[in-house]
This record gives sequence, structure tokens and C-alpha cells, in this order.
Amino acid sequence: MNWQLIVKTAIRDSRKDRSKLLLFMSSIILGVAALVAINSFNDNLVRDIETQSKSLLGADMTVGGNKPIPESLIASLDSLSSEQSSEVELFSMSYLPSKQKSQFVKLKGLTGKFPYYGNFLTEPTSAATSFKTGKYALVDDGMMLQYNLEVGDSIKLGEITFPIHGRLMSVFGNLDMGSSFAPSVYISGEQVSATKLIQPGSLVNYKNYYKVDMSTDLDEWKKERRQRFRNESIRVTTVEDQRENLQEAFSNLNNFLNIVALISLLLACIGVASSVLIYVKSKVQSIAILRCLGMKGAEAFMVYFLQIFVLGVLSVIVGIAIGSIIQIILPIVLKGFLPYEVNMTISSSAIIKGFLMGIISTTLFALGPLLSVRNITPLKTLRISDDPVKADPLRWLIYGLIILSISGFLYSLTGSLLNSGILTLGILAAFLILFGVAKLVTWCVRKYFPKNSSFVLRQGLSNLYRPNNQTQTLIVSIGLGTGILTLLFILQGLILGNVEDMGAGNQPNMIVFGIEADQNEEMESITKSFDMPVIQNVPVVTMELAAWQGKTKKEWMQDTTRTASRWAINREARVSYREEMSEDDELIEGTYTGVYNDGDSIMVSLDQRYADGLDVEMGDELIWNVQGAIIKTYVGSIRKINFRKMKSRFFILFPVGVLEAAPQFRILVSKSPNKQVTADFRNAVVKFMPNASVIDLGSILVTLNDIITKVSYVIKFMAGFSILIGLIVLISSLFLSKFQRIRESVLLRTLGASEKKIYRINAVEYTALGLLSALTGILLAVVGSYLLATFVFELDFNLSWWPILGIFVFIIALTVAIGLWNSRDVIKRSPLEVLRNV
Amino acid sequence: MILEAKEIFKIYKGVNKELTVLDNINFQVTKGEILSIVGPSGSGKTTLLGLCAGLDNQSSGIIKLAGEPISQLTENEKAEIRNRKVGFIFQNFQLLPTLTALENVMIPMELQGRSIGARAKAIELLKRVGLGGRHDHYPSQLSGGEKQRVSLARAFSNDPEILFADEPTGNLDEESGLIVENLLFDLNREKQTTLVIVTHDLELANKTDRIIKLKGGKIVSDECIKTAANL
Repeated sequence: MNWQLIVKTAIRDSRKDRSKLLLFMSSIILGVAALVAINSFNDNLVRDIETQSKSLLGADMTVGGNKPIPESLIASLDSLSSEQSSEVELFSMSYLPSKQKSQFVKLKGLTGKFPYYGNFLTEPTSAATSFKTGKYALVDDGMMLQYNLEVGDSIKLGEITFPIHGRLMSVFGNLDMGSSFAPSVYISGEQVSATKLIQPGSLVNYKNYYKVDMSTDLDEWKKERRQRFRNESIRVTTVEDQRENLQEAFSNLNNFLNIVALISLLLACIGVASSVLIYVKSKVQSIAILRCLGMKGAEAFMVYFLQIFVLGVLSVIVGIAIGSIIQIILPIVLKGFLPYEVNMTISSSAIIKGFLMGIISTTLFALGPLLSVRNITPLKTLRISDDPVKADPLRWLIYGLIILSISGFLYSLTGSLLNSGILTLGILAAFLILFGVAKLVTWCVRKYFPKNSSFVLRQGLSNLYRPNNQTQTLIVSIGLGTGILTLLFILQGLILGNVEDMGAGNQPNMIVFGIEADQNEEMESITKSFDMPVIQNVPVVTMELAAWQGKTKKEWMQDTTRTASRWAINREARVSYREEMSEDDELIEGTYTGVYNDGDSIMVSLDQRYADGLDVEMGDELIWNVQGAIIKTYVGSIRKINFRKMKSRFFILFPVGVLEAAPQFRILVSKSPNKQVTADFRNAVVKFMPNASVIDLGSILVTLNDIITKVSYVIKFMAGFSILIGLIVLISSLFLSKFQRIRESVLLRTLGASEKKIYRINAVEYTALGLLSALTGILLAVVGSYLLATFVFELDFNLSWWPILGIFVFIIALTVAIGLWNSRDVIKRSPLEVLRNV
Repeated sequence: MILEAKEIFKIYKGVNKELTVLDNINFQVTKGEILSIVGPSGSGKTTLLGLCAGLDNQSSGIIKLAGEPISQLTENEKAEIRNRKVGFIFQNFQLLPTLTALENVMIPMELQGRSIGARAKAIELLKRVGLGGRHDHYPSQLSGGEKQRVSLARAFSNDPEILFADEPTGNLDEESGLIVENLLFDLNREKQTTLVIVTHDLELANKTDRIIKLKGGKIVSDECIKTAANL
């Protein structure tokens, strides 16, 4: 091979035609930029979850339970840890002397240097440590605001009055929103006993924080003692547990971003293949001349491969640069996005992955059309013909490599051979279906051709099957482009809908506990007088599990072979009864029985986790002690509770008609429009029903809503990127068609066809193509998004058809518009000029 | 013998029937000979030229170009022969649109690996065809006559043993056609190249040593003539 000439010719030949490769370059640039940005974002998220898990926990490990940690464990823990702190947590009423008001609070007494990682956020800052030095309290900022308290005011906890030393701006290391129902108040652990709040029978949580030597494998240590912790009802949380929780919380975002990365890359690849195909078509004559002058097929191929490869590499580099710039911009967008600081840095692994994937996919997808260069015959110099270039058998190898690389990329995203295989097959199936539709259309139009229709219609429709037609190319490329765009659009909608469902806008933010049955009506009227909705108003009956599967609770506890968990056995059951299952719950097994009829067995519904904890199955007998009365029931159904909803959730549900006469109280769930109404409502409830407690979820929801807004932004931003690539690909596919129809249109024009007629003929052809490909693409997208939503994202699938109809119309309009734009080129120039050049 | 065609058939297979474009063609061309192939449209002139130059393969028969049985060679071997021994002139010029006039003339030499001296020779040839000042012009900036003169310069740049010209003046006006015609014969005489011209311009054909007439894919006459051009 004459490499010197190949390089020289590649440079010379590309000199005037680089603009023809703009579509090619922009496809790669955007595809790689999206890939790098998404992978970098994911890497940063994972890395930060890694490093920040410690800060969220504040220590390497926490050990806790509702009784002090047994001595037998203390020795083992002491040997493990170099430093430790302890915390006592209890719920209690507090009194605010300056306001003469009472408030239910979560009191925490802290001893030791906790936190070991991260800091308390307080105002003033010094209060974060100084509150432990004496009789001082740190009070939740929300509570300070509600009662208009200032630093220096007092709070009475049990028998001791503490000066408020600072505002607690964040609940440190606490992602468990359920535990934040009552505002937190911190005091020094040494002061807890003086308050005399801990009495025999008090419900107290004890927690120890440990800082452990880096070399210790805490998870292994925990695993070895799992049974012991379970028996002692001790809860151990390590950094690893925390990390898993966090990763799970963002797993759908992660999955979605992975899908966007795949889509961006696939779209870019289609863009590459289409634009290289256009380029090669425009070069056929030059290649034929070069071949005629003695250039070998392989050399001609190398000339164009070199051009494409070099521009491809340059585009990949530009794409990486843009993707990296997005990483620099993202921290500004995401400021405050996550419940902790995320340090956005450019991820080298994302860059390497982007570079390799960019180069591999560009090369493979460009090679498909480029291979035909080897087969361009020099005879084309003598006779200009539209004969298709002979297909190269090597293309099968390229197709194989493309499938292999897609599977590889999918494997790198999913980490599962099965999933990557299924997804690859799905993509192949989509391709084959589109190909089949194109074949079917060609066949149908030919078979059922409307011979008696107008010239314009006949001419436009016959273009669909005539030699050199573009039906297959365009239906496959437009169909794939439309399909991918619609899929992305549907998934984005489903995920955003799901995320926004969790947002403060739709969530209740107020829970009232402990309403007596005879206060229910009055409570509802108070709620309504504040223009607040009664979202949920449910009865609660407390009871205890007395026996099940033929053994009493005592017998079960003594049974060393039991498989049931202690927490499930000992749990004081707060049970509700209702006719219909909550729409937020999902029935896993059995049938929900809503009404009890005399003489029937009482069928109860259990939460899946509770049923697993007790190790009971459908039909098992459960005997309850309802404050002295014994009730025999059977497991009638098992449900999965949706914990994302801010509503009261019940592990055990009875049918209506059993518990109505039992001692009970009610829970009312509502939504307050603002902080002021919350404060007024709380005061009204305390005034009329001192026995009821109002829990404000507002501050939690504000944080949640903020996170959700930002997550939505990230989803839209990344999806927007992909949509942009999709449009470029669609446009490039359509420009491809320009070369097919030029000569025909010119001849028609020369023969006297009016401008209008040529436009109409082309409009018929492009409308048919746009309509069929958009329809097929959308149908494929609906099926694909249903499968992804159900099996990957585990979301309820629903569609809003209007936007999809919008996409359908848009694609047809775009196809026709670009088709007509292509004809404009012919119409503007003189027929002779065009005829000479084609 | 620079070119030898023996029992050449070219048959295209249609859906229902075969179309014989060349039917038992036999002729020989000696070195330095100037030959024209004439005939009405569809007589098979261009097909024959394509076969002789190794641009296409015959259905049967043997064509020897510079002693090589061209149809039996691989595509790469044919390309090698075209580059070293053959020159082309086309009716529609076939210049590379992205290359300047100079680069177009240089390319056959560069394909031979002759980078040294290629530029000087190309400049010389362009001067010879009267385009000394148009080196850096792209084909789109040249007139039809100028394009064909660049094409002439390119055809002679690799010192071919045989030159195939397909209707070299077919796309030109009379004046430009005459200039190209004269240049073609002058250069041919200077370089002692064998020249095969396909044309239906009898005036041009009459300026060659020998005329082969084709009709319906068959040679109907093969006569030697004496012309002013080769005196």
C-alpha cells in the first residue's frame, strides 16, 4: 500500500468536503459528550456515596436497640474500636417557659466525641460542641421558628430547665425520615439522668457510635455475629449498609441515566452510519476515477477510512471535552441536590470509557457503509449508473462485531449477561421489525397499486418500490430514531411522574395521632375549618400476637429452632381495619377481605416483611390478644406497602366488622399549605384535644422536594441531550434521501412538470415514509418502554397519548419538510446544470 | 502487439433473455498505432473500450493488454497495469472535484510512488496544454475545454503505453474541441503512445490510422487509412 499517497489523497479529498461530514461529527460529539457526562455523573455519585456514607453515619458503625447494649457484647465491641460515643434517645414532652407552651420532642443525650465524620450544623457554629460541656440544649431550627424561640431562651425537659445554646440546622446523619416526626433536642448524655425522664417502662433507644480502625472488616465482623444481634434485638449499621441504602435510593436515576447513555450512543451510531453512507455516495465518482487511474480497492478504502477515522477521533475528543465541561457546570446545577455535598470532578474512567466506546462505535458503524468503497468499479467513469454497489461479504463480520460491541456496552452498564443479552435481542428485534415493515410496505404498494389515481399520487407512491427506492433505508433509520426518542420520552415521563409523586406538592405534610373515637368528628371539622383536606382518617387498635401456627408466643420464644425474627414476635401491633386495601399497597398473594360476615373466618392482611419476619404463610392461623380479648384470625392476603408515600401504613389490616368495639384511637393525615397554617392548626388541636399529637412533616418534605426538583432537572437535562442527537440523526437520514431523487425530479422538470407537481410527488412519497416509520417506531417504543418500566424500573406503566401523537405528527412533518427541502435544491437550479452534474 | 482482442463476447443476462452487446470481436493493435472505434449509439463502442482498458470483464474471449491477459488478472493487478501502462480521456472529463488542476495531473504519478519530480512534470504538462497559470484552480473553476486539457495532461503524465479516449471532444464546442483534438494528436506524436479513440465523430476518426466500425456489437469493417494527422 502506498501510505504516503493514501494520506495525501485523504487530506486533499476532504479539503473541500469537510462540511459534508458535519452531521457525522456532530453525531459523535453529542453521543460521546452524553456518554462522558452521564458516566462521570454516575461515577461521582457512586464515589461520593462511598466517601460520604461515613459522614452520614457520623461513625464507622452504630450499635443500638431499645435496651442498653448487653455487657457480653460491650467487651467484643471495645476490642474492636478505638473510640466510641453513646446516645440515649427518648420521646418526651418539653415545656417552653417563655412561651408557656408544650411540645413533644425527640430528646437525645450524647456522650463522647461523636460525630467522628462530618459536623453538626448549628447556629452559632460553636454550639455544635459546647452544648456537651454543661446543662445546655440544642433545639431543632423548625421548632425554634414555630415558637419564635431565640438562643438564650429556655426549654424544660423533665425536671431540668436547659438554656438553649444553639439552633440545630440539620438533623445530623439521619436519612430515616420516619424518625423525624418530632423535633430533635440534643443535650449532654450526662444530663439525661438528671431530667428523670427515664423511668422503668420508658421507651428508650440506646445507640453507641464506634470509630473503627481502617483495616477491620466490619461487615465480616457483623456477619459472624448476625444471629447474636438478632437474638438480643440489637441493630447494627455499618458504612456499607448506609451506602447500600443510598445507592438504592438513587438506583432508578442510575438506571435511567444508563438507558440515556445507551440511547445516546445508539443514536450517535445510527447518525454515523447514515452520514458516512451519504458521504460515500457523494464520493462514488471520485473513487471510480481513482480506481480507473490505478488505485487499488484497498487503497481507495483506506483513503476514506482514514478521513472518517481521523475526524471520528477528533470528534470523540471534542465530545469528551464537552462532556467534561458539563461536569464542571453540573455542581452549580446540583448545588444542594443531594442531602450531602457531591464533589463533581472529571472522571478519568468515564473519559476512557467514552473514548473507547466512541472510537469503537464510530469505526464499526462507519465501516458498514465504507466497505462498499472497495467494490466501486472503475467502469463508473465510463457509464454513470445508479446500480447499487456490490455488497461486501465482510459486512457480516462488521455486523457481528457491532452486535458484540452493543452487548459489551450493555454488559458494562447492567453487569448482567442475561440482561445485556435480552436488551441486545430487543434492539435487534426492533431493527428486524422495521426492516420487515419496509419490505411489507414495498410489497403492498406494488400489489395494491392505485392504478386509477392521480399522476401525483401514482408517481409518489411508485417511488416506494421502484429500483433504487429509499423505503428500507428511511423506514429503518427514521423508525429507529423515532422509536428511541419516543421510548426516552415515555420513560422520562414515567420516572418524572414517579419522582414527582413523592414530591411535597402531592404529599400530606401533617399527621395527627391519638384522636379518641368520639373526637373524630370534631377533629375533622377543625381540619376543614383550616381549609385543609382529610387525606386519611383511620382507626388504630393496639394488640399483641398471642399464638400462631399452634404455639403460644412464649413457646415460640423458647423454641431454639424457630425461624421467626424476634422483632416480629415482640412487636406491639398497631392494627387498622378497612373495607378496601389502600391503593398505594400492592397485593402479592391471596385476596383482600374487606368485610367480615358472621360465621366466616376472620381473614387478615399482612405486610410482606412482617409475614417474612414471622415466617407465616397464606392460611396460617394467628391469634391476637386485643387488650384482653382473644381473636382468632387467618392470613388471607399478603401486601407490599409503598413506603414512599407519606401516609400511615399498617403491617396488619383487619376487615371491617371485627374491631369496631375494641378500644381504639384514630390517625388523621392532612396537608397544610404553609408554615403559618401549620402553627395555627397545631395550636388549635392542642387547645381542643390535649391528648392528640400533631406531627409536622413539612421540613422533611421541603428537603425531599428540593432533591426531587433537582433529580427531575438532571433527568430532563440528560434526556434533552439524547433528544438533540436523535433529531440530528433523523435529519441526516433524511438528507441521505436527497441523492436518490435528484435526477428523477430534474428529468420530470425538464419534461415540463411544474414546480408544484414535483413538490407534491415528493410530498406523497415522504408522507408515506414518515407516517409508516413513525407509526412503527412509536409502537416499538410503547412495547419497549412497557418492558423496561415493568422489569427494569418497576414502575406502573401508563401513557399519555397526546404527547405521543405530537411526536407522530412532528416526525411526519419533519420528514416531509426535509424531503421538500431536498427537492428545493433541484427546483432552484437549471435542469441542465443539474443534469450535467449528476 | 500492445492490444489484442480475441473472440470477445459480452452478454448481459436479463430476466427473460440475454442481450449480446459484443459479438465475437477480434482485432489487434500494434504499438504506436492510432485507432478509432466508431459506430452508432448502442453498437458497443464504450463497452469494448471498457473491456480493453480492464475496467470491465468480458463474458468470453481473451484480451491481452501490453501482453497481459487482462481479464484473468485480479482487480489489484488490473489497477497496477492501468496505472503504469494506460492513460484515459473521458467525454465527461472525470477530474477529481476536490483536487486542483495540478493535483489532478500529479495523481497517476503519485499512484506509481513517484513523488520526486511529479510536481515538476505536472507543471510542465499543464504548461504544454496551455494551462500554465491555472495550477491551483479546482475543476469547478475551469471551462469544459480547460477541464479536458487538464484531463489530457493527466492522461500523459504517467507516460502510458496506450491511451484510451472516449468521445474526447463530445462535450466541447467546436473551437475547444479542435484545440483538444490537436493537443491530443500532438502529445501522442511526441510521446509515441498508442491511441484508441472511441467516437462517432467521423471527422475525428478520419484523422486516425485505422478505423474499426461497430454495428450491433459486431465489427463491420476494420480499415487502415492515411490521414494528415499521422503524416
